[in-house]
Amino acid sequence: MTDFKKGLKDGIPIALGYISVSFTFGLQAVSVGLAWWEAVMISFTNLTSAGQFAGLDIMVRGGGFWMEMACTQFIINLRYSLMSLSLSQKTDESVKGIHRWITGFGITDEIFAVSMGNEKEISNKYLYGVILLPILGWTGGTLLGVTAGSVLPSVVRDSMCIAIYGMFIAIIIPPAKKNSAIFKVVIISVLLSCIFKWVPVLNNVSSGFVIIICTIIAASIGAIFFPVKEEKE
Amino acid sequence: MIVRDFFIYLFIMAGVTYLIRVLPFVIFKGKITNTFIKSFLYYVPYAVLGAMTFPAILFSTGNYISSVAGFIVACILAFKEKSLLIVAIFACVTALAVNLICMAV
Repeated sequence: MTDFKKGLKDGIPIALGYISVSFTFGLQAVSVGLAWWEAVMISFTNLTSAGQFAGLDIMVRGGGFWMEMACTQFIINLRYSLMSLSLSQKTDESVKGIHRWITGFGITDEIFAVSMGNEKEISNKYLYGVILLPILGWTGGTLLGVTAGSVLPSVVRDSMCIAIYGMFIAIIIPPAKKNSAIFKVVIISVLLSCIFKWVPVLNNVSSGFVIIICTIIAASIGAIFFPVKEEKE
Repeated sequence: MIVRDFFIYLFIMAGVTYLIRVLPFVIFKGKITNTFIKSFLYYVPYAVLGAMTFPAILFSTGNYISSVAGFIVACILAFKEKSLLIVAIFACVTALAVNLICMAV
């Protein structure tokens, strides 16, 4: 099997998973007032879940929060820089120059995880293969979501808005179960975000900055008190 | 939101996200050795998702009772290490069931 085909095959389960998540993104985007093509363009150019949902929160408030948008995306997506860094150690000599500028776009949690799962070093053909279907799934799922948004009754739409949080919980809990440091970091972050939700004055801080503040404090506490010795994943 | 503002936001979102991914991929050759930075980056995804999920999930379905029900079901299934898709679907189905019950009574 060629590297490209192997990549395509590895990308199929990722693409299927992406269709369902981006479906809820499309649903939520139109429910907060974005046009269908706006939602699709966001998915096609961003290819990320948490960042896009946080971006929606800022967009619905209207224009002007440019700095907040940039900072929010930076913090939420900062993890990708760690992934692209480790991925750069895993690629063979074919992944160079322009190929890095192109394939770098497709580094997501899942694509990173699957790519790193290869025994050998990976080529640029593999990377193009593994990235292609997830991009189509992510963009296509968004289109399905915005379409369904105008067809489904509101009680179904409202109920589906919990999907993304269900997915986040499914990402957090299994590692938090096994690693008490992760568990503590999550609890600290959640407590902080509750404080920003319910304590007077602090609850005026806008949602994007709340995520940034909670993340920086919780991850710093984790890094100070539970430093990571080896790559754990 | 006017279309011009949308495109500014889109440009910022896509630009920042792209550069975060590509710059380390293009620039760095060596490994990160600083333990604090390594550890900080290791905890970032969990801290982000924690802060984004709670308490926001309680307001996600427009009804506290159905949100809490969906939240509990999601936690139980995630604890049993079910897949992302399964956890999400059952959280939705639970929320929908409770919403329908609330509408009926």
